Amino acid sequence: MAATELKKNEVYHDRVVTALVIFSVIWIIVGMSAGVYIAAELVWPTLDFGEQWLSFGRLRPLHTNVVIFGFGVSALMGTAFYSVQRTSHVPLYAPKLAWFCCFAWQICILLGGISLLAGWTSSKEYAELEWPFDIAITVVWVSFGIVFFGTIAKRKIKPIYISNWFYGGLIIVIAMIHIVNSLAIPVTLSKSYSVFAGAQDAIVQWWYGHNAVGFLLTGGFLGMMYYFLPKQAERPIWSYRLSIVAFWAFTYSYIWAGPHHLIYSSIPDWVQSLAMVMSIVLLAPSWATMINGIMTVSGASQKLKTDPALKFIVLSLAFYGLATFEGSMMAIKSVNVVSHFTDWTVGHVHSGALGWNAMITYGTYYFLVPRLFGTTLYSVKLANIHFWLALAGTMLYVLAMWGAGVSQGLLWLSLDEIGELSFSFKDIMASMPPYYALRLVAGLIFLTGTVLMAFNFYMTMKGRRTVQVRPPIVTSHWA
Amino acid sequence: MNAIELHKKLEENAGLLIFGILFVSAIGGLVQVLPSIFQESLKTPTATTKPYGAVTLTGRDIYIREGCSVCHSQQIRPLLAEVKRYGPYSRAGESVYDRPFLWGSKRTGPDLHRVGGKFSDIWHRLHLINPRDVVRNSIMPAYPWLAEQAANADGAIKRKMRVLQKLGHPYSDEEIEAAPAALEGLTDIDALIAYLQILGTSRSPGDTP
Repeated sequence: MAATELKKNEVYHDRVVTALVIFSVIWIIVGMSAGVYIAAELVWPTLDFGEQWLSFGRLRPLHTNVVIFGFGVSALMGTAFYSVQRTSHVPLYAPKLAWFCCFAWQICILLGGISLLAGWTSSKEYAELEWPFDIAITVVWVSFGIVFFGTIAKRKIKPIYISNWFYGGLIIVIAMIHIVNSLAIPVTLSKSYSVFAGAQDAIVQWWYGHNAVGFLLTGGFLGMMYYFLPKQAERPIWSYRLSIVAFWAFTYSYIWAGPHHLIYSSIPDWVQSLAMVMSIVLLAPSWATMINGIMTVSGASQKLKTDPALKFIVLSLAFYGLATFEGSMMAIKSVNVVSHFTDWTVGHVHSGALGWNAMITYGTYYFLVPRLFGTTLYSVKLANIHFWLALAGTMLYVLAMWGAGVSQGLLWLSLDEIGELSFSFKDIMASMPPYYALRLVAGLIFLTGTVLMAFNFYMTMKGRRTVQVRPPIVTSHWA
Repeated sequence: MNAIELHKKLEENAGLLIFGILFVSAIGGLVQVLPSIFQESLKTPTATTKPYGAVTLTGRDIYIREGCSVCHSQQIRPLLAEVKRYGPYSRAGESVYDRPFLWGSKRTGPDLHRVGGKFSDIWHRLHLINPRDVVRNSIMPAYPWLAEQAANADGAIKRKMRVLQKLGHPYSDEEIEAAPAALEGLTDIDALIAYLQILGTSRSPGDTP
C-alpha cells in the first residue's frame, strides 16, 4: 500500500484539511495582531497616525471578523472535513467542492478584511461585511453543507456520530440567521440599507449575533471537542445519551437568548425577560456538555500530565464552563445593569474566545498536525511553554477586563447622598489606562504563544506531505 | 415505541437530522423574533421623529463608515443615573428610521443618543479633528480626513434616498431631487456634525423624562 500511489477516491481527502489548518493559523496571527494593535491604540490613541485604515473604528471589525470567520470558520471547516470522513468511513463527497470552500472562504476573508479597512461596513456586529460578501458567504456556506451532508449521506456507519450533529447544527443555523440578518437593499457596491429598522433591527441583529456565538463559537467547537477529545483521551464519550440530550436542549434554548444583549433597551419588555430566563436555562445543556467532556478525560489523568494537546483541551473545557456560567449570570437584569456597555463584556467574550475557542483548537491541532503528516510534533517542550503562555495571557486578560468593567459599571451608576452623579464620564474614562495597558500585555503574551505554535507546526510540516489514509474496510455494509 | 427508539431513527437518518435541527432551532425565532417584526408600535415614529434629510443621512452613513458605534452607544437606559447623565431614556419610536439601528454594545466613550445641541458645531469640529485639543485625557481617535473629503463624493445620495423611500421612509420626490444641491460644498465633517446635532432632539417637550 505504501509503495504505490493510492487512487484518489480510495483515501481520505486530507490535503484540504491541511490547507484549512494552515490558513486558520495564519488568520489567528493576523487577527490577534490586529487585536493587540487596537489594544495599544486604547493606551496610545495617536497610534493610528491619522491614517483612516489604522483607525480603531475600522480595525476593530477587522479584528473580530478575521478571528471569528478567518480563524474560527477555517478551523471548523478543516476539522469537520477531517472528522466527518473518519466517523463515516468514507472519503469526502465532492472533494473539488471542498477545495472550492477552502479557497473561496480565504478570498472572502482577505477581500472582506480589506473592505472593512476601506470603510465598507453595515455596522451590524459580527455581520459587518457588506452585501457582496454576504452573498459570497452564502454560496460558500451552502457548498460547505453539500460536502458535509453529502459525506454523511454516503457513510458506511449507520449511526451519525455526535460531533457531526454539532457541525451540522453549525451549518444549518448559521445559514438561517446569516440570510435573515443580512437582508438589505443595495445602494452601491459598498453600501446597503437593512430591510429592518430601529428596535426591530436590534432584535434581528442580536438573534443573529448571539447565535453566531452559539452555533459557531460554541456549537461548532463542541463538534470539534466531541471528536478530538475522545481520540486524544483514548476513551469513548462518558455518556453518549447525555451528549444527545444536551444537543437538543442546546439547539432549542440558545436561539432565545439573543435579546439579553438588549436588556433595558427600548425593545418590548417581554422579549427581554424571556431572553433572560432562557439564558439561565441555557446553563444546563452548556454544563452538561462540559461535564461530559471532563468525565471523559478523567479516566486519562496519566496522559494529561504529559500530553500538551490534552492539557489544552481540558483547560479549554474549564474556560468553556466559566464563560457559559458568566454569560448566564450577565443575562440577569440586575447583573446586566452593571455589566452592559462595559469592558466586562469584552472580558467575557475573550474568556470564551481565548480560553475556549483558541485553546480547544490549539489542543486539537497539536494532536492533528503530526497525524496529518505522519510524524511526531517538532517540540513538545515548546508546546508546553505555549500552554503556560496561553493560560497566563487569558487569565491576565480576563482579570484586567473584570477590573475595568466592574469599576466602569459601578461608577457610571453611582449617585451621591443628594442623588447627583458621583463621577463624570471623563474621570471614569481617565482611570482606565492601567487596565488597558494590562490587557495589552495579556494579548501580547497570548499572541507570543500562538506564534511559537505556528513555528512548531512549520517545523513539523517542513519537507513533508500530508499522508494518505485509507478508510477501514467495513464488512457489514448496511445500505 | 419509546423515546430512545424514536431517537434511534433520527440518529440514523441524515434528512431527519437536518430537518430536526432546523425545526428545533427555528422555534425560538418564530415565537420571539417574528411577532416583534409585525408589532406596529415598534415601527411607529414618535410625534416629532422625522426621516433624515440629505445632509444628516450622509452624516449618519459617515458615522457608520468610521465605526463610531463601536465605542459609542445610542441607547439611554431607563435608569436614574443614565437619565441624569445623558437625558431622557430612548424610545423605540425614535429609531424607526434607523437602518441599521446604531444602539451599540459598548461605551468606551459616552452615549450619544442625546448629544444633539449639547456642544457647539465648532466644538465638534475641533474634537473630531483632534479630540485631545478639547478633552485632555481622551482616547478617541482623531479624524483629520473628514475635513478633506467632499460629503457627496460618492454621488449616491439620490439613490440612497430612493432606496429608503422604497423601504417606507416618507420622502417626497422633490426632496430627493434637491438632495445633491443640499450637499453642495459640504465636507464629511460638516455632514457628520449636522447628524450629531440632531441626535435625540426629536423628543417632544411634553414627554416624561
